[in-house]
Amino acid sequence: MHIVVCVKQVPDWDIPPSSFKVDEAAKKVVPPQGVAPVVSQFDAIAVEAAMRVKDVKPDTKVTILSLGPASARDAIKHGLAMGGDEGVLIDDASTLDGDSLATAKTLAAAINKIGGVDMVLCGRQAVDWDMGVTGTMIAGILGWPVVTIAKSVTVNGSVTVERVLSDGYETVEASLPAVVTVSNELGEPRYPKLQQIMMAARKQVQVWTAADLSLDGAQVGQAGSQLTLDRLYQPVSETQVELMEGDTPEEQAQNLARKLREAKLI
Amino acid sequence: MAEGILVVGEVAEGKLSPTTSELLGAARKLGAGAVSCALFGPDAAGLAQSAAAAGADKVYVVDDTALADYTTDGYAQALAKVIEQASPAAVLLGQTDVGRDLAPAIGARLGVGVAMDAIELSWQNGGLQITRPAYGGNARAVNGFKSTPAVATVRPKSQEALEPDASRQAEVISVAGAIDAAQIRTKVVNKTKAAAEGIRLEDAEVVIAGGRGLGGPENFAGVEELAKLLGGAVGVTRAVADMGWRPVSEQVGLTGKVVSPTLYIAIAVSGASQHMAGCSGSKNIIAINKDPDANIFKSARFGIVGDFKQVLPPLIEAVKKIKAEG
Repeated sequence: MHIVVCVKQVPDWDIPPSSFKVDEAAKKVVPPQGVAPVVSQFDAIAVEAAMRVKDVKPDTKVTILSLGPASARDAIKHGLAMGGDEGVLIDDASTLDGDSLATAKTLAAAINKIGGVDMVLCGRQAVDWDMGVTGTMIAGILGWPVVTIAKSVTVNGSVTVERVLSDGYETVEASLPAVVTVSNELGEPRYPKLQQIMMAARKQVQVWTAADLSLDGAQVGQAGSQLTLDRLYQPVSETQVELMEGDTPEEQAQNLARKLREAKLI
Repeated sequence: MAEGILVVGEVAEGKLSPTTSELLGAARKLGAGAVSCALFGPDAAGLAQSAAAAGADKVYVVDDTALADYTTDGYAQALAKVIEQASPAAVLLGQTDVGRDLAPAIGARLGVGVAMDAIELSWQNGGLQITRPAYGGNARAVNGFKSTPAVATVRPKSQEALEPDASRQAEVISVAGAIDAAQIRTKVVNKTKAAAEGIRLEDAEVVIAGGRGLGGPENFAGVEELAKLLGGAVGVTRAVADMGWRPVSEQVGLTGKVVSPTLYIAIAVSGASQHMAGCSGSKNIIAINKDPDANIFKSARFGIVGDFKQVLPPLIEAVKKIKAEG
């Protein structure tokens, strides 16, 4: 069994909203100063899903794949410290800033080059753009079945996935090879121990360019994108909160109830 | 020549889903030519008139037993066939269980760009342009499309349905031979519905939300009581669902439910952007939090800085009194 987990490095999402800044001219988010980028949270959960398969079937090989700048090696290293075996980094400026389809094409080409892959796991969505489409697009390009938003992933000849729905969940079986995208309902990703982090430093990370994947510049990154980013901005909140006065919590509560009544909200 | 808008309809409890009507309303408002609606599955043909009343000029029906359960492969085949016949300039889906899954599948199949969870739509220079939240709701991105058809999902309740007009007529086109069952490589073996009591969270006009600050599942009694009193539903933050205090089906946020009630009372909810992404469409947000700097106050109309343990019981009493006075 060979599983590839796709991980994306993103600005740390766990920062106060007040330190979030957009450079509107560049149409980019300004990375918060002094805060290191991290693995997109659902991608770490996808690594966890792969490790749970490996826990049961120890001969499973797990390859951590990322497309990003040179710093994305840290995201791969995190996956390796969680127990991944090898890493592949697509480090090529021409592949950056593409839309989901261009990114999926590049990742699919890398998965083909890795070869012999039985399952690809991705996070349900990256926490920067929140699109949630790259995994499904990888499946479409590879010609594989896909099951999205998994809360459990079990492999036994085929793959069985519990898929989260708005009113419950459904159990779906898919033939392998397949792509599965993973949601937070699966559970917390394991925390690497110091020894594992040290071991991960010695694990191999191959670095590929678009040319290594036989892709030309017109197929990848912005040039290969079908979606345009016309504007990126921060919404302005116009609400000014009216705090309830009162000497005691009872008084505050009564004032709130009265306000709600006056506003015909209750 | 690609022209007009195709809306991917959905069926909910034997009826055209409210989101479908909203999408048809939004498609008409765009003024980008004829509006078509695609309907899939055994209930589809019977709903063509509802789609017409909601704004469709043409209804494409794919009625195939292979579409009884939603599968990515089955629905992508069906939608690809409809797109081939209708040749629309843009395809709109709901940001729903189906739309989330189907939109990227059709995007990959046709090799076209896809944008998800649009909250605003416009027609610019002969093409679709959408606005969507990104970075957990901290930013808004405006996207255009180089490829045709443009494919976008639209957030439920972000658009307005038209007043249904029963006299509107639509041409109904039955799409035959669309599904090759052998190409459906996934199988739904079981469905488990979350036990739902009372009003559906997405439809509730009042939502009482509890956050991690409540400290434990036992402290939701007051939240439940207030919800019951106001005829509302209980919502929770992701932390609360992840810790198992409350069922995942109550989770409001980026990866949970998106709600837009008239009244949203957030109790011991800090207001992380991940949560706000699910409730920022609420008409009136009320915050009760002991931290005066909590982000939730930035979106709130009224607020109390205080400990829920001291504020909630008298609030429930005061609401009861007002209710009794009528």
